[in-house]
Amino acid sequence: MVRAAFKERACRDRCEPRVSESMSDARDNGEHDKQQTSEAALSARLQRLNEGLGHARDAVRPASDGSGADRATTASGYARGFRLSSELVAGVVVGAGIGWLIDRWLGISPWGLVVFLLLGFAAGVLNVMRSAGLVAGTALDNTGPEHREK
Amino acid sequence: MQIDPIRQFQIKNLIPMVNIGGHQIDFTNSALFMFIIVGFVSALLIGATAPRAMVPGRLQSIAEMSYEFVAHTVRSTTGNEGMKFFPFVFTLFMFVLFANVIGLIPYSFTVTSQLIVTAALSLLVFFIVVGYGFWHNGLHFLNLFVPKGVPKLILPAIVVIEVLSFVSRPVSHSVRLFANMLAGHITLQVFAGFIIMLAGAGVLGIFGATLPFIMVVLLSALEVLVAFLQAYVFAILTCIYLNDAIHPGH
Repeated sequence: MVRAAFKERACRDRCEPRVSESMSDARDNGEHDKQQTSEAALSARLQRLNEGLGHARDAVRPASDGSGADRATTASGYARGFRLSSELVAGVVVGAGIGWLIDRWLGISPWGLVVFLLLGFAAGVLNVMRSAGLVAGTALDNTGPEHREK
Repeated sequence: MQIDPIRQFQIKNLIPMVNIGGHQIDFTNSALFMFIIVGFVSALLIGATAPRAMVPGRLQSIAEMSYEFVAHTVRSTTGNEGMKFFPFVFTLFMFVLFANVIGLIPYSFTVTSQLIVTAALSLLVFFIVVGYGFWHNGLHFLNLFVPKGVPKLILPAIVVIEVLSFVSRPVSHSVRLFANMLAGHITLQVFAGFIIMLAGAGVLGIFGATLPFIMVVLLSALEVLVAFLQAYVFAILTCIYLNDAIHPGH
């Protein structure tokens, strides 16, 4: 631990843009190689980050696509607001309906209604967040770019 | 003069037909307008594509544009695999679009302002998704309800929430279209009613009536936009739901 810290300090002026991952590779090489490999590692890491970002963006984009016509709806905030509110209401209504039916069938009133109303509310919030593109839905996770291009 | 903004949504029996099990099945104005819509869509598409011109005429480009628009929507949402559902999505889109647009013509009837119609359409989508999902993927389809990377402890609650979220889809799918149409038509009617009421209130009223008149003009433009937008939203949501049936998990 101490040695690593010391090495790091000694090295700081030479290889400024060092990244933690390149450290183990760089340590074994000579002075000259050290700088080169760390630069190579840095650029490789940058590229990897870029790819990761691209994937993350791809994962998010279908979510906003999934909200239905992102381009078209931003034109109309009214439509967007309406869409989100109907998602929430649908979740709550379905939860309440299922709870009520369970109460009727099992005769455990009011517990089914209580539990399923809360779950329905959660589902409604999930719907809203999904349709607003804040959460990548399960469906959207599965349709990553590799599926999409098929 | 009595102004009733709800009257336009009344179902009228035009031709009494049959009585099945105590339920009177009639040919209503709603059914009439559905026939008109289907007639218009068929006439447009069949008539427009009949010449099969290499350089499309006006009608043919409308038909081709609508094809390409929906095909692009389907392909970008569900991938090429989803194209087997293209006829279904295209039919839904054209039906909803023409229902919305024809409903904007004064004295016509808006089929999509009836909850039962939109509910039937969205339930059709729902059951196709469930049916095709199980047929295509077997029990693997149920993976849709099990998100990855969730701690085991809260997994049961998450699964219940996911199922509820899935079941609530046809509700929001149908209510959105229905309520947009209903609200738009009621708003139009109410503002149009203001014109009549103000105009009946003397000279000053006639000047006052120009305000709601401007409003009605603007609202009509908005309603045209909403008619297209809601048809598009209905189609793209159908695609997204179908996508779940085609790719329910890895």
